[in-house]
Amino acid sequence: MSCILELQNIGFTYGAGTPFEKRAVDGVSLKINKGEFIGVIGHTGSGKSTLVQMLNGLIRPTDGRVLLDGKDIWDEPKKIRNVRFRVGMVFQYPEYQLFEETVYKDIAFGAQNKGLTGKELDEAVLKAARFAGVKESHLQKSPFDLSGGEKRRAAIAGVIAMDPDVLVLDEPTAGLDPMGREILLSQISGYHKQRGNTILLVSHTMEDIARVADRIIVMNRSECVMFDTTKSVFAQGDKLRETGLRVPQITSVMQTLKNKGYSVPDGVLTVDEATSVLAALMKKEGKAW
Amino acid sequence: MVRDVAFGQYFPTDSVIHRLDPRAKILMFIAYIVVIFCTFNYASLGVIAGFTVLFLALSRISPKFYFKSLKVIIFIVIFTSLLNLFYGTGEPIFQWGIFKLTWNGIHRAIFVTVLASSCLTFTTSPTELTDAMERLMKPLKVIHFPVHEVSMMMSLALRFIPTLLEETDKIMAAQKARGANMDSGNLIQRVKSLIPILIPLFVSAFRRAYDIATAMECRCYRGGAGRTRMKSIHMSTRDGIAVAVLVLVPAGVIICNILIPAMV
Amino acid sequence: MKFISIENVCFSYAEETDPQPHVNAVDGVTLTVDKGEFVAVIGHNGCGKSTLAKHLNAMLLPDSGRVIVDGDDTADEEKTWDIREKVGLVLQNPDNQLVAGIVEEDVAFGPENLGVEPDEIRRRVDEALKAVDMYEYRGHAPHKLSGGQKQRVAIAGILAIQPQCIVLDEPTAMLDPNGRDEVMRTLQKLNREQGITVVLITHYMDEAVKADRVVVMDNGKVLTQGTPQEVFRQVELLKKHRLDVPQTAELAYRLRGCGVDLPDIPLTEDECIKMLEEAMK
Repeated sequence: MSCILELQNIGFTYGAGTPFEKRAVDGVSLKINKGEFIGVIGHTGSGKSTLVQMLNGLIRPTDGRVLLDGKDIWDEPKKIRNVRFRVGMVFQYPEYQLFEETVYKDIAFGAQNKGLTGKELDEAVLKAARFAGVKESHLQKSPFDLSGGEKRRAAIAGVIAMDPDVLVLDEPTAGLDPMGREILLSQISGYHKQRGNTILLVSHTMEDIARVADRIIVMNRSECVMFDTTKSVFAQGDKLRETGLRVPQITSVMQTLKNKGYSVPDGVLTVDEATSVLAALMKKEGKAW
Repeated sequence: MVRDVAFGQYFPTDSVIHRLDPRAKILMFIAYIVVIFCTFNYASLGVIAGFTVLFLALSRISPKFYFKSLKVIIFIVIFTSLLNLFYGTGEPIFQWGIFKLTWNGIHRAIFVTVLASSCLTFTTSPTELTDAMERLMKPLKVIHFPVHEVSMMMSLALRFIPTLLEETDKIMAAQKARGANMDSGNLIQRVKSLIPILIPLFVSAFRRAYDIATAMECRCYRGGAGRTRMKSIHMSTRDGIAVAVLVLVPAGVIICNILIPAMV
Repeated sequence: MKFISIENVCFSYAEETDPQPHVNAVDGVTLTVDKGEFVAVIGHNGCGKSTLAKHLNAMLLPDSGRVIVDGDDTADEEKTWDIREKVGLVLQNPDNQLVAGIVEEDVAFGPENLGVEPDEIRRRVDEALKAVDMYEYRGHAPHKLSGGQKQRVAIAGILAIQPQCIVLDEPTAMLDPNGRDEVMRTLQKLNREQGITVVLITHYMDEAVKADRVVVMDNGKVLTQGTPQEVFRQVELLKKHRLDVPQTAELAYRLRGCGVDLPDIPLTEDECIKMLEEAMK
């Protein structure tokens, strides 16, 4: 596996030298591989939003380096826009960034800025719309006529259309209902599987992270306190709780059972997994079919 | 970032200035500005400067915030200074009777106005400010001027300035992430590059306005009639003293103007 | 004792604001809310739950049917303001319901509109801010607060009107987990200690589990209602309408499908662990 993004001891201080000085990110070093699905968790104010905004050069680290394919993204500050096309960023409530007359034009905005024209541009837009689940019949509508969930998907398509190698999503499911959450999440993981690119998903919903992430970055008080596989991060429920986070309900139930001496594994992440583990266990004792 | 601007913020500490009647503060502010334009020599300028420092000190707000609010206008001052070099010192650019307008005068006016208005907004909450304006404008009701509505709109505007600034930051970041180019190109291109920011901002402002109207109705708002105020404002001895002190400033300035020949 | 009764209410939005004007947003809902009850209403976006919420304080009036609040019909225009004093409505976006630049001045807004005496307003404001644990923030500017804090100030703003019932339209949808906890704790406290009737519109099942009664809405109609136990026991029905159930409930439901004998559907971790241990004995 080859590394696509590397953070070397990066840090960021807001308002350096003023009375409002605040260290938002401190000494984070990590490597992210091509094609990985990374979850980023941490409570509000832990520095995770600042961290992800440094990945595409929206925020310039006050110290340390961000390497994209081994090259410091700030080598040529004038060309930082090119980094933004390679590391796509979907902000929280991205529907607030829609502005064009039609959904089609809005999706095309980023790709156009990247320099695509004509047939290439058209293909990019249609492909992105498909990936994000934007109906074709909506493309010629005004984005402001869509429903909340549809607007959200159109906005995400606008970032996907730039065909980034790394896609960062900051709480893409915030404010959606369970069905909308479910649909969007499977859309994202479908996109990840087909396109094979690297995805960073920032979320407060541990159940979602547990379902899709390969590895998890845990931020606490401006530092990266854990960076490990999803299983082993959620197996450390107590340590997570110290940072003000929780584990999925099902993981917590299974952990308690394990602590009580039942032979169940660590870090059970989904209801599916728990069902098969428990059913197998009870079958042995003849309490299940 | 836009939201770092200190100008126009309120700092809820407790000081003599904070406790003054906002109406007195507004009247003093207006008097102050008028007086600045009547300073013709260093002595009267000294009087103004002295009182400015006194008021700022009494507000018990750290000088660094005043410096910060000055930062906003520094470029205006530099710009006019440059013009000043070409036009020479003290040359009146406009004269009407004894009133003459000089670049120097404009400098001082801008400087002191910013300090004084910072002092006003730092020490007076938006609600107090609009409440005071509503009362000061009350006579206008006779000519059917919607006094309450205007002051309510002003206080809502003040309340939502920080929120909208924050929103502007967010929208700018989101469009930059889509490769929007805002820092280069000619004037027309730059104006065009604002569209992706302004449209979402307007849309969101309208949505907010709708929400706010609903929220206000839910909290039984039905216009100004029959409303009471938690912090009812009334003039006290303290306000009398403050106004009296401020009368001394123009008096001092006028005396200086008469005694010492104009030289600035 | 019945406090609000909704009788066969239908409502559709006027053409210009609704993308599907022919559909009834609320379609024949009959429901009662008792004094002192904590009711959660769940359902998808667009199922009519927010529209229903706005009927409870006469922000919207039914096309047909009636809403009776404490004996008064919401359609009676003379009673509109009495009803809004009795039933306060808290909205989703905490930013858009704080109208003043200082927390305490915002909380004072409601009683000021009612023409309450200044000393009494002061007393109510302090009391309301203490009730939501925001008293020490009374001098702060709203935009400096966290989402959960803003929403608690919004609740205090309603409390200062001294309503008997608070209706909250997805108050936690825009908050992080800590903010959600803060708001839920505040609501439970107000319900228990001050006997305030709470109607909570939400799509988080873990919040609905904490209510006395859960009403599930779908397509403008009431799908099912009952205690959290009764509602979430119907895992199949909820799943069919693509609604969430707590993970513990889903686990138990699936294990039952494998022939495991579980006495009930657990809604909390503790219940679930106890039941599983029982089953594995």
